[in-house]
Amino acid sequence: MSFFKKLKDKFQSNQSNEEVSYKYKEGLSKTRKSFSEKINDLVARYRKVDEDFFEDLEEVLIAADVGVSTVMDLIDELKMEVKRRNISDSQEVKSVISEKLVDIYYGEDEEDAAVGLNMQENDLTVILFVGVNGVGKTTTIGKLAHQLKSEGKKVMLTAGDTFRAGAIEQLSEWGKRVDVEVIKHSEGSDPAAVIYDGIRAAKSRQADVLLCDTAGRLQNKVNLMNELSKVKRVIEREIPNAPHEVLLVLDATTGQNALSQAKTFSEATNVSGIVLTKLDGTAKGGIVLAIRNELGIPVKLVGLGEKVTDLQNFDPQAFVYGLFADMLDD
Amino acid sequence: MAFEGLADRLQNTIQKIKGKGKVTEQDVKEMTREVRLALLEADVNFKVVKDFIKKVKERAVGEEVMESLTPGQQVIKIVKEELSALMGGDESRIAVADRPPTVIMMVGLQGAGKTTTTGKLANLLRKKYNRKPLLVAADIYRPAAIDQLETLGKQLDMPVYSAGTDISPVEIVNQAMAKAKEEHLDYVLIDTAGRLHIDGDLMDELIQIKSNVKPNEIFLVVDAMTGQDAVNVAESFNEQLDVSGVILTKLDGDTRGGAALSIKAVTEKPIKFAGMGEKLDQLEVFHPERMASRILGMGDVLSLIEKAQENVDEKRAKELEEKMRSASFTFDDFLEQMGQVRKMGPLDELLDMIPGSNKMKGLKNVEIDEKQISHVEAVIQSMTAEERQDPSIMNAGRKKRIAKGSGRSVSEVNRLLKQFDEMKKMMKQMTNMQQGGKKGKKGKKGKGFNFPFM
Repeated sequence: MSFFKKLKDKFQSNQSNEEVSYKYKEGLSKTRKSFSEKINDLVARYRKVDEDFFEDLEEVLIAADVGVSTVMDLIDELKMEVKRRNISDSQEVKSVISEKLVDIYYGEDEEDAAVGLNMQENDLTVILFVGVNGVGKTTTIGKLAHQLKSEGKKVMLTAGDTFRAGAIEQLSEWGKRVDVEVIKHSEGSDPAAVIYDGIRAAKSRQADVLLCDTAGRLQNKVNLMNELSKVKRVIEREIPNAPHEVLLVLDATTGQNALSQAKTFSEATNVSGIVLTKLDGTAKGGIVLAIRNELGIPVKLVGLGEKVTDLQNFDPQAFVYGLFADMLDD
Repeated sequence: MAFEGLADRLQNTIQKIKGKGKVTEQDVKEMTREVRLALLEADVNFKVVKDFIKKVKERAVGEEVMESLTPGQQVIKIVKEELSALMGGDESRIAVADRPPTVIMMVGLQGAGKTTTTGKLANLLRKKYNRKPLLVAADIYRPAAIDQLETLGKQLDMPVYSAGTDISPVEIVNQAMAKAKEEHLDYVLIDTAGRLHIDGDLMDELIQIKSNVKPNEIFLVVDAMTGQDAVNVAESFNEQLDVSGVILTKLDGDTRGGAALSIKAVTEKPIKFAGMGEKLDQLEVFHPERMASRILGMGDVLSLIEKAQENVDEKRAKELEEKMRSASFTFDDFLEQMGQVRKMGPLDELLDMIPGSNKMKGLKNVEIDEKQISHVEAVIQSMTAEERQDPSIMNAGRKKRIAKGSGRSVSEVNRLLKQFDEMKKMMKQMTNMQQGGKKGKKGKKGKGFNFPFM
């Protein structure tokens, strides 16, 4: 189904609900505009839409770790669309590319694609951080704690990584820097117990947000994944509806394995969003497109640098543009 | 695993070719296309893939494949050979300085696993080469990085040099060198802070450390899950520091690890070691051959064999084998055998190493429940010595007692008894086959063979 047809169908079915239609129109027109502008530059380099054009496009996307199958599907669809509409001028193909790319990220439910964190009003919000080793969970927690605190919220941290050497000290150091309280046990203790204590402490001290760190673990270690499920169950038992967010922290340099990470961590903890870290390097983190496409998990935050203020809300348009930046450079 | 291996991928194309008298150039083209996709899915960089495919195509279009009766196998063979050639030979030697201490610098991106690997490498140096390493905490940027290395030092009972975070890493390293000389420590392992390869200031810091201490080795530590960007990272670190080798971490995950190939291709530096787990003794020698198989998704038989050799007591294994042959295999032996298998590691990991295990009927997505094995063990342990030696004395009363003792049901006890009996029969059959060498019977081998815990 073409993008426009889909959109039209949506408008028609939503005719009774003008407000919803308006929201779609607003959101999409903004997206389409910024896309058109940027992809303009890209296609300006190519006069004709031929095999070379598609090959370049394919390479640009694969180099950004978008994932082979996602890219192949996209290119196939593009080729078909180009044939169907009988487009030979690269200028015309730009709208098709932008449609398809928007499609990949937004998928069926465009509405929830760019939501922020699920914060509770006047009540404790519990956020659980999960991910493989070395993606930047603890650092992300430190940065987020800083941000939430500067918004005037009372923030607390729990040191649920009781395994890695120095992990508790690392979170404590962040607690000191940001000036928030850190609940911790000693190295080697039960992570679920630490997090239980964290929740009790956050409740009694009437904190607004509790950020829970966990040890990094590779997703094929069944025992460790079970441990994570247990941590989540403990949170659920203490506070209904919690954890309000389970954030999977992904390293932007990760390749196709990120999809497997998202799948397995979701099975264990029902991941609600992704934090894409280390985007300040040369890696593009394109795999989140496939994750969003296949598993429906949105990216909520991105890490754009080492400074505490470098953790930002995810902007899909800016992100997708980033995937093409190389092609525009030369 | 989420990906199709190369063998699976080529299956379709081969089906089409089968029956054809001759393989055309078009067929080869199609096959190399599949090879390309398999490599890209394994995270091999697309530029590296391009060059690689070109080479494979040249060989494949030649007589090698076209004339072959099994073109699919032939393509796989060419790919594997080329891949292994590209990956280089085993090279796990660590430099030794003419005048100690030997200095090793660990560099890499944030979160690659430098600090953990530094600990593992120190452990390996002591265990395998009987060396006395000094760990140097030169990461003054990441909060508690120094604590982490100090904790590792404590766990390993090894000296760690640290000087806080208010002093430049260059100075820390100079001081550490003095200490190592003074205390006659023969290796100095420098754990540097993770940094982006495009961060000029921080890269300069490394260059300065390098020019000061003239390290004998500079190891680039890279996460095995790295995607297309691995080439940029490796190229850049290598250009600025001229690294001497690569250590691949987190290879115990389920990633294909195509980054290994990308790195090797752009730097032409050997990958020396691989991190295979969170424990400090889990740093292994890197085997290019096996990595080639893994990237292609063809199982890792060699690792499996090695694991078995490491963990199975050879003498006991011989005895067990003898017992199997003579069919005097008892529950006690069975219990022991299960213990031996379990020592090799989690069963699902073992299964993953068997080529085609994810294609085998019944084995696909089989979730081996380690609990199930514990249940079997419990049942056997609840038997008397007499019962274990001779299960034929089993009656309803005994079974009930065993069930109670192990906390399992009587039917479960029955099932185990039956399976054990079948297993014994099978063993007898197999031994007869081996001794008699009757080829006709071969078809029966393995049929109906069922481990009680699957």
